[in-house]
Amino acid sequence: MKQKKLVLIVLVAIATTIGGFLLASDHIDAPAVKNQTTDITDLYVFNGADTNNLVFIGNTQGLLAPASTAAAAFDSNTLIQFNIDNNGDNVEDLVIQAVYSKGMMNFYGPVKPSLTGLRGVVEGTLTTSVAVTPYGSSPTISTSTNGVKVFAGPRDDPFFFDLNQYHAILAGKAAGFNNPGSDSFAGTNVMSVVAEVPKSLLNSTGKINVWLTTKKREL
Amino acid sequence: MKKNQIRKIILGSLILTMSIAACSKSNNGGGPAPTPTVYYDQADQVGRPAINTVFIPASGKDSFNTTIPSSMPGLFTNDMKTSLLTLNPKFTTNLLGLTADQFIGVVSSDVLNASTIGVTSFYNGTQVLTGRTLSDDVIDVELTLVFGGPGGSDNPGLTSDHVNGNDKPFLASFPYEASPW
Repeated sequence: MKQKKLVLIVLVAIATTIGGFLLASDHIDAPAVKNQTTDITDLYVFNGADTNNLVFIGNTQGLLAPASTAAAAFDSNTLIQFNIDNNGDNVEDLVIQAVYSKGMMNFYGPVKPSLTGLRGVVEGTLTTSVAVTPYGSSPTISTSTNGVKVFAGPRDDPFFFDLNQYHAILAGKAAGFNNPGSDSFAGTNVMSVVAEVPKSLLNSTGKINVWLTTKKREL
Repeated sequence: MKKNQIRKIILGSLILTMSIAACSKSNNGGGPAPTPTVYYDQADQVGRPAINTVFIPASGKDSFNTTIPSSMPGLFTNDMKTSLLTLNPKFTTNLLGLTADQFIGVVSSDVLNASTIGVTSFYNGTQVLTGRTLSDDVIDVELTLVFGGPGGSDNPGLTSDHVNGNDKPFLASFPYEASPW
């Protein structure tokens, strides 16, 4: 009982210290990107069904209701980029980029970038393009001559978390999670970019560090 | 008069030279004129799930998103440690055996570690931070590492949200994610 009370006090303190609502994964994580095409929700990196390949998934524009998914679109002014560090210094040695233009998602890389860090350019030559899959259609997939397989379009948000209960805990209205919990992301969609890449293209000795960035075109 | 004429000739040939130069410059190799470089500026970034959300105070969330990972530890370690110890004031070590400083040392560079030679998993009891699959229950892992203490069993009401999987089955083949609702 005493401990329970302590936890509650602590959690109320968190809510005031950390401030605002804590939002799950990276969905609407910061004021500047909230409700923007640049807002990232999640990054996934895992072995493909063919374990000679690594799959990179970058999701953006989270919490799309089914009714608003058909109207959701990629933005030609947003550069979506997987950054890959091969030597542990957390500076990108390779990038995989996705840039939208006129119904197509154009993929570049994996390629060594001419610029690293906060300011970027489209790097190298086009790897492959794929038509963005419209809402309600089966996935359109494109594969480059060097074996990079790509997809772009709306998908179910694969992230799951009882965010509402977490909020209740932080607000001091609950002492813990419910069992079973309730997935606050159930029934919502994201705009997703998927690239499955032969590991032979990653110049890796076994371990990589990956981060996903969105960059906005300078106007 | 004579001087003026000379001047005209000089000026004329100068204009001619300049226009030839301009012409050859804009028509290099007969291809299209070079377009100016288009630059893009960083707006958002994510490595591991929920790092900015959980560990960065409201005032720092935008700047965290526009900080390169190699600069994050220097700028955010103190804030992140404060957040951890606010979330769990009794933090000693966690299931990975990491002290608060060591744990923050791992998470303060927000990159997702991935193996290119083995099983990929955020945490499966054997593999630790070797990737992130769609079905990995990353929230339970992070809650356990923050609240669960050295054995992972402290604060049992806070170490799992009891949502253990997605609301739609994933696909066995590309593009792996489920179709939209």
